[in-house]
Amino acid sequence: MTEHILSWITFIPLIGMAAILFVPRANVALAKTLAMIATGIPLILATWLYFGLYDKDNGGLQFVRQYDWIAGIRAQYYVGVDGLSLPLVWLTTLLLFIGVPASFGIEKAQKAYYALLLLLEVGINGVFVSQDYFLFYVFWEVMLLPMYFLIGIWGGPRREYAAIKFFLYTLAGSVLMLVAIVALRIDMGAIESVKNPFSIPEMVAMAKSGLLDGSHLPFGGELLGMAFATWVFWFLFVGFAIKVPIVPFHTWLPDAHVEAPTPISVILAGILLKLGGYGMIRACFPIVPEAFHQFAYVLGVIGVVSIVYGAFVALGQTDFKRMVAYSSVSHMGYVLLGLAALTTWGTTGAALQMFNHGTSSAVLFLVVGVIYDRAHHRDLNGFGGLAQVMPKYWALTTLGFFAALGLPGLAGFVSEAMTLLGAYESALPGFKVLVLISVIGIVITAAFLLFAMQRVFLGKLNPKYAGYQDMTFREVFCQAPFLFLCVALGVFPWFLTDWMRASIQLWVDTMKG
Amino acid sequence: MSLAFDPAVDFALLLAVPGLPLVGYVLQIFLRKNLPHGDKLLTAGMFVSMCLTLVLGAKALHAAHAGERFFHESAAHGLSFGWLYTKGTVPESANIVLGILYDPLGAAMLAVVGIVSFCVHLFSIGYMHGTKRYPIFFANISLFTFAMLGLVLADNLLVLFIFWELMGAMSYLLIGHFSHDPSQPFFHRWATWASKKAFLTTRIGDCLLFIGIFILWDKFHTLRFTELWAAARETVAANGGEFPAWLTWAGLCVFGGTVGKSAQLPLHIWLPDAMAGPTPVSAMIHAATMVAAGVFLLGRMYPLLSPDVLAVVTVFGASTALFAATIGTTCYDLKAVLAYSTISQLGFMVAAVGLGGVVAGMFHMTTHAFFKACLFLSAGSVIHGCHHVQDMRLMGGLRKKMPVTFACMLVCTLAIAGVPLFSGFYSKDKIIQAGFLRVGDIQTFDGWSVYALICLCLAAALTAFYMFRLVFLTFFGEYRGNLKEHRYSAMLAAEGVEGPDPNEHAEHDEPSHDAHGAHGQDEHGHGGHAEHGGHAHHAPTPAAAHVVHAEEHGHGHDDHGHHAHEPHESPLVMTVALAILGFLGVFGGHFWLTAPQTAWSGHPWFEALVSEQSLYGPEIAEWIAPEPVGEAVAHHAHLHEVAHHRAVLASLCVAGFGIFLAWFLYIRRKDLPARVVAFLGLGYTAVRRKYYVDELVDATVIRLTWVLVRVQKAFDENVVDGLVKLVGSTNKLGGNLAAWFDKVFIDGAVNAVAMASQVFGAAFRLVQTGRIQQYAAFAVGGAVLTAAWLILA
Amino acid sequence: MGLGAYVAVSGALFALGVITILARRNVIYILMGIEMILNAANLNFVAFNRFGSMQLDGQMFAIFVIILAAAEAAVALAIVLNVFYLFDSIKPSEADLLRE
Repeated sequence: MTEHILSWITFIPLIGMAAILFVPRANVALAKTLAMIATGIPLILATWLYFGLYDKDNGGLQFVRQYDWIAGIRAQYYVGVDGLSLPLVWLTTLLLFIGVPASFGIEKAQKAYYALLLLLEVGINGVFVSQDYFLFYVFWEVMLLPMYFLIGIWGGPRREYAAIKFFLYTLAGSVLMLVAIVALRIDMGAIESVKNPFSIPEMVAMAKSGLLDGSHLPFGGELLGMAFATWVFWFLFVGFAIKVPIVPFHTWLPDAHVEAPTPISVILAGILLKLGGYGMIRACFPIVPEAFHQFAYVLGVIGVVSIVYGAFVALGQTDFKRMVAYSSVSHMGYVLLGLAALTTWGTTGAALQMFNHGTSSAVLFLVVGVIYDRAHHRDLNGFGGLAQVMPKYWALTTLGFFAALGLPGLAGFVSEAMTLLGAYESALPGFKVLVLISVIGIVITAAFLLFAMQRVFLGKLNPKYAGYQDMTFREVFCQAPFLFLCVALGVFPWFLTDWMRASIQLWVDTMKG
Repeated sequence: MSLAFDPAVDFALLLAVPGLPLVGYVLQIFLRKNLPHGDKLLTAGMFVSMCLTLVLGAKALHAAHAGERFFHESAAHGLSFGWLYTKGTVPESANIVLGILYDPLGAAMLAVVGIVSFCVHLFSIGYMHGTKRYPIFFANISLFTFAMLGLVLADNLLVLFIFWELMGAMSYLLIGHFSHDPSQPFFHRWATWASKKAFLTTRIGDCLLFIGIFILWDKFHTLRFTELWAAARETVAANGGEFPAWLTWAGLCVFGGTVGKSAQLPLHIWLPDAMAGPTPVSAMIHAATMVAAGVFLLGRMYPLLSPDVLAVVTVFGASTALFAATIGTTCYDLKAVLAYSTISQLGFMVAAVGLGGVVAGMFHMTTHAFFKACLFLSAGSVIHGCHHVQDMRLMGGLRKKMPVTFACMLVCTLAIAGVPLFSGFYSKDKIIQAGFLRVGDIQTFDGWSVYALICLCLAAALTAFYMFRLVFLTFFGEYRGNLKEHRYSAMLAAEGVEGPDPNEHAEHDEPSHDAHGAHGQDEHGHGGHAEHGGHAHHAPTPAAAHVVHAEEHGHGHDDHGHHAHEPHESPLVMTVALAILGFLGVFGGHFWLTAPQTAWSGHPWFEALVSEQSLYGPEIAEWIAPEPVGEAVAHHAHLHEVAHHRAVLASLCVAGFGIFLAWFLYIRRKDLPARVVAFLGLGYTAVRRKYYVDELVDATVIRLTWVLVRVQKAFDENVVDGLVKLVGSTNKLGGNLAAWFDKVFIDGAVNAVAMASQVFGAAFRLVQTGRIQQYAAFAVGGAVLTAAWLILA
Repeated sequence: MGLGAYVAVSGALFALGVITILARRNVIYILMGIEMILNAANLNFVAFNRFGSMQLDGQMFAIFVIILAAAEAAVALAIVLNVFYLFDSIKPSEADLLRE
């Protein structure tokens, strides 16, 4: 039973979705209950997996199940989890579980909404556990469609534009990925020692032994003048980079976030963006290590540009949610910088940053949601003095903001510090300068967050908001787990690093070797 | 109870020292509704913590007395735990491990912080009584104390950094304490951006420190202080006695952290604005502890600072000391004077470290903590007693009305001015002595030292001057608080200021958001008065509408000239705190817990406890402050003697001169100050306007930042997103083109085929006439043709 | 004279019959033309029989043809009558409902 736990975690929401589809449309309470159960069970399972079942000292894949699926192309149902994906799986289940009560404010077509939410969870979890590239791609696409509808139907005034922009942009990246995947498959299929040509671990192994070089492709492996490894790297990278998102592929994010309803923004920022980073770690860099080494510095530069540029643009925003969206762009730059540096500390920092950004941005978007639900606008200059009327809200927001700006003692600092320390000590040249530049981002991040705090909470109370109710139990309940994680992981980071250590070491050794 | 250090018990006690305030914070935050006397509970907890620090400090003194080195790292006893670690190819020690370091410096700082924090807690019970968010205030200062104590106990640089930043966050919250309180209209707006300014300015320094941490981590792969010292020494030895360039840079970056946190030039701008916070906060954070953390950092990192770095440190410190001292002479707000005085004294400490007098700098840090905290609390007492008037021009003659406050303030002013027998004299003397030592010794003489010495002496003179000016204006003469409104305005006008002073506390926000602009002169003139006219004869609680005459802060003032509020002494809970600190301000210099002869010979207790040997261990001390041997011993002693005499002479002269000048201008010839001001003209205005540093920062850094923001935002929206939209519209165009092509050509071809068959059909249809004879004719014709073909072919 | 004369006569009769069918503007005449063609064929049969094998095939065929001509004339006249009822005319060019 427990060997199938990954499949349970992935597909229970699907069962829940099917159940919801049978619920009469008017019975919203039942739909909500089913949704909570269907997201709660995976959370419990994931927690049990994390604390009870997972072996921390084994850096390889655990809980592996491998079944032949599509014989014609030799695709498999191949799932497994290691120290890199396990925290993200757990975070997914938590985010989706909290997403349900956070969505209690949705007023139309709730049945469809919860059904789509559950389908989304299936897609996301599926990506994290897939070890077969075809399966990976299927889940990757599964995750796109519910998002499109969730933004496009339940979103704000420009929701169709935002939804289609998100969908097409990500899809364009996915198509590039597909080209690369097909090329890899063909090449792998021609190597005799390969048992399952879509299998990602085998691709990594083949790449390491130098056999995966595109020579079996009909056109000889070169495309657009680039060598096989190079173009596969760039195609995969761009596909994942759009998701992360990194500058310059980030412009879908502000629109998507602004127009999406609050719980969808939380999920989008909390875990969807991590798919890009995770994809790079799992399915891009190890498969084309020479290209990675060749372009590591470029990746570092892109990361730093994201950090600094994202922070600066965030400072110029007047829409609260847009500001938080750009802060996401900025924070995800650390992930790329940490990965590009190729040190244990850098990679650990990047992996931690993915998790910690998930929690802190969840808090930030929930924070925006609280005030948007009351005021129905997000104009930073339109608020003022809210701390006098909603002290609990202010206190929780302060904690969230400090977590986002990387205050030591909170989780964001640990990941940022490890990333920057790891990047600084990188053996690859030129990273020291990159780290020095990214320090500017730290100051500007503090600037825009405190500036927002000042405009919204401090100063003179705008009389329009004098009667606002402080946070309800539901709102506190939604924010509480993430705030708790921000604090707990800042003080006890080993609750993540202990689980990640072995896998990260394995990854770094693979990449370096 | 023995006074020997017992690791098993004492490390646990050391954990309790910051642990008690932390527990207090947690209790207060989560249970405050159930804790009606939470403030007293927290204060009691702080008292226990303070007692622990004193007990543990006594152990340190005992060890010093016995001649043993008192240096305890919990990691060395195996009492540590890994915090950030990864298995890997880097050496095992390259993990961040948490442990405690307890050495004499730590013991001294711990005791200082404990005592000051306890006194501030006690004082706040009286001062903050009745204000909004009173329980949160106590929670915040407890957490702050936890952070500071944690910083002192940290045994590695990263943990120190963590607590360093945590203090910065607490400072943000505490400075902004009144920003939630609309009943304090003046602070309400000032505090909002003052807290942000403080955080951001110190964050710049913190980022520099962070870079320093990167460099050290990269090269040394350890951040424990003991290992850093040893590694630095080896590096320098391996490099032929010279500091490698990267180590110099690391040292400069570490000093950058100090520049931010300890408000040195040019990052000092946040400290005067930090006065927007309640006075107890100013006392604790911005006088005694947080700003001292920067100096403490220098003390911990001293062996890593190369001579070049030390020269930079000296210049910054000395310049800051003089710069701030000059500004302090022109301020009228009680707290502003003290703020600039703090900056100046911090400059002294920093310069001391740079001049080679690490111990002197640390000593001054401890004495300064006591007397400055006492000064701030006394100022708070005065402000409280005068119903929240802060402008010294509206005070006067308070010594009869507030005797205890007067006594405390006087003794601490004597201390800060450097009058012998008071603690400040000893510490300041040591600093100046360090300067003279460097200048007097041919080997260490350089231009920077001379510059520093001159700056420091001038600053000392000015310190004495402006502090006594403060005392004379506030406590002597006649009470001016009943000044008629128009006379006060006239007084301001005489200074060339119309209405509120539009000076340095400008908003550094986006220019278009003038809603918060500091340049709103009109709004606070008389309208503000009407707003507060009704508070007339309230009991002196801050909860009542406040009248704040902090004219320096430019947001206007509300005048209450015609309501006669009699200033009065503060309640006991406040005066007790004052008294404790005042006592220490006097005697903090020469505790004679060590051997009597030490005390009688005038050497303060600190030096018995803290020295390079005791701080860094014999090898490092040998490296950074080598003991002379052989004939050099006598020469060295002679130099010290000479420097000591010169220093004492200089200190006495400057102090005396300063006090005399203050007495002359503010007691004897009270008409002179105005004439001096008129005489100095523009020069005075420049100083009065704080040398326009804030305006400069606003015009350069802030505006540059906003320009960058706007450029990048426009770039993002128009270029990057524009490209995306271009791709989108290109696709749409392509789609339209393809649709057109499809309709015209492909579908057209299909239609053409249909048309062709129609045409042909129409043509062939003409044959069908329906006339049988025609059909028959065709049949016959066909038959004939066929026959002919058959026959002929 | 020989066969050639008889064939010439039947040929001429045939040609006349065809021309009659094609050119006359009266359906009765067309029927007459059909009769002429049939009789020309008859003549051909008998001539070839006299100058050919001396069996009775040609003469038998001639008798069949006469019978068929008679039957066909009856049917044709019936058709002509119906056509007349439909079109009110015996001009063949007026019965053109089957045109396009």
